[in-house]
Amino acid sequence: MAEHLPMEQFPANARAALNDGPQRQALRAATNLFDERRATALATAPDWQSWRETARAVKDHTLLHLDHYLEQFERNAIARGAHVHWATDAADAVRILLDLARAAGKGPVVKSKSMTTEEVRLNEAFEHAGIEAVETDLGEWIQQLAGEVPFHIVVPAIHKSRGQIAKLFAEKVGTAPDADAKTLTAAAREKLRVKFAQAGLGISGANFAIAETGSLLILENEGNVRLTTSVVRVHAALVGIEKMLPRVADLDVFLRLLPRSGTGQALTTYQSLLTGPKTASGDEGPDELHVVLLDNGRSRMLAQEITRQSLACIRCGACLNVCPVYQQVGGHAYGSVYPGPIGAVVTPQLVPLARAAQLPFASTLCGACRDVCPVKIDIPALLLHLRQQVREGSVAVPAAQGRFFERLTMRLAAFVMQRPRLYRFATALARLLDRFAGPLLHRLPPLSKWRQGRTVPRLGKRDFHTLWRERGRK
Amino acid sequence: MRVSLFVTCLVDQCWPSIGLAAAKLLEHTGCEVITDRDQTCCGQPFCNSGYPRLAEPLAKKVIDAFERSGAEALIAPSGSCAAQVHHYPGLFAAEPAWLERAERLAARTFELSQFLVQRGMQKAPGSFVGRVAWHDACHGLRDLGVRDEPRALLRTVAGLELVEIAAAEACCGFGGTFAVKLPELSVAIADHKIDQVERAAVDVLASGDASCLLHLRGRLERRGLPVRTMHLAELLAHGLYEDR
Repeated sequence: MAEHLPMEQFPANARAALNDGPQRQALRAATNLFDERRATALATAPDWQSWRETARAVKDHTLLHLDHYLEQFERNAIARGAHVHWATDAADAVRILLDLARAAGKGPVVKSKSMTTEEVRLNEAFEHAGIEAVETDLGEWIQQLAGEVPFHIVVPAIHKSRGQIAKLFAEKVGTAPDADAKTLTAAAREKLRVKFAQAGLGISGANFAIAETGSLLILENEGNVRLTTSVVRVHAALVGIEKMLPRVADLDVFLRLLPRSGTGQALTTYQSLLTGPKTASGDEGPDELHVVLLDNGRSRMLAQEITRQSLACIRCGACLNVCPVYQQVGGHAYGSVYPGPIGAVVTPQLVPLARAAQLPFASTLCGACRDVCPVKIDIPALLLHLRQQVREGSVAVPAAQGRFFERLTMRLAAFVMQRPRLYRFATALARLLDRFAGPLLHRLPPLSKWRQGRTVPRLGKRDFHTLWRERGRK
Repeated sequence: MRVSLFVTCLVDQCWPSIGLAAAKLLEHTGCEVITDRDQTCCGQPFCNSGYPRLAEPLAKKVIDAFERSGAEALIAPSGSCAAQVHHYPGLFAAEPAWLERAERLAARTFELSQFLVQRGMQKAPGSFVGRVAWHDACHGLRDLGVRDEPRALLRTVAGLELVEIAAAEACCGFGGTFAVKLPELSVAIADHKIDQVERAAVDVLASGDASCLLHLRGRLERRGLPVRTMHLAELLAHGLYEDR
């Protein structure tokens, strides 16, 4: 069963990832490629900045009136013959989807890529219940075969080379160990088509939910979503409540932003708009359509103005591709369903903060994520907010190693910095220590940590202000 | 025009020549330069480590000192510290009087190269013979939009050849306390940049922030690479006149 690494141990996970040479190489090549594609796509989109503004304004408006739009969505979806379920948390969502799978009868459940189903750990629940659930997105299927969770929110197997995939397929699918990409995808198609034909229930997520029509929009490139939502008798979509948009017309700007940010495409190969089940025998679509609206912590994010923008995310993954931390350690090190900068923002608000306390610190605060975000989420500001929650907040975070020492050091440093005379005295003392006890100081934190891979800077012989005064006298 | 030079704690304690060079450059544009011995730290290490409340009194001191000095602008030889001053208003959401003062200061705070260009500096007074690669420090680049100014000025330094490296805009991996909290990761991020610096065969790696440079210098030295690190101000004022 696919397990996450412990998110409490981000530093150890990161160290392990840094020692995985092949993974680092594949990850660097892939994140570079996706970032280049994104840049190329943007070069032909001169109105990019105004699209971002528009999209963010739509998101802000929708989130501010989310209660209204959710109810409007429910009314319109039901009017078109869909069933709408409300899931307060992951357990609720899992229960609803398990019931639907049992009611759909025999045959496997086919799934199209959905991070929200990862969030509620749906595959694990199906496995426990003895129900076969098959991922049908190629990357996601590779991860399922490998017994791994997704490594990236858009490209689940971004860290795997063709050679590694060929080896995996040779073992699990029976293709030749040196099979080329075409052979591998053909083998996947052959295996998965059988599952589609046998399946009683198809499960997907959704990129957007449209309140005025009760529709769902799902974007993809492989055709597996189209199959999942049309040839299988019953379909269920698990949708986070933040996916709501008021009108079909609002899709315009998001369809410009999302594919360009995610994969550098002007538009994905397929866009499936689901509005209710089929009504006549000639129609396409499922006989039964269920929409499960998931809260699972989202209304908490909604409640505060500062955290609300976390819900504007459209899961494009651009912030992962440009993040210097993600580029080095990849998705698994975070130990969370959502990795990278947006994962470090969302996860501490979905799971208990005490568990995810390391994640807001897994960033250099370089701001590259904020620059690429198609909906202008100020990720560094949110990371700082969460850091404060961890350090100064009332939430009980277990005393991580050195935390007491850090708090003491910070208080002491602030005390000294506020008193210029004391500061001058302390820095003069540091200068003496640096000159006469340097080697000893270098063995103590923080310098012992700094010395890992770097030489330690020496303090100047005299400080600036001494030199400045001398200059004035000349 | 009277300007206050913001002497960052790293410049004050580790690398004072940056401050002296910055002062020379400001004087070169006809400014009267003052410094404040009572000014210690901008407070960024506290904010970025999750202790913004500890940064508040420091921010108030900086605001107070600036208002007392009668200077028209606060100039930092650091995009990071200048950006921190720009973020001061965020600390005072609940204190309207301080909020207003913080906003007034933020509007008058500039990173050095931005200000020099604004003051009409078209040719840097210094001369330096060598190939120089530029590292865009994140906060200057992304918070303040400093991208073209340092490059334009460096190109006018007599004898200096500015070399654009791939990954010039990539983070160096310093990240404040990140550098000691996650040292291996911090160094790995630096290596990505330094690999490009090595490939470009430059004499100097330059930037507008001493913090990035101390981190990069530490890594360059540990890797045994013959590349010096220099601050923008040191290059722009290089050889101007000695006063040490």
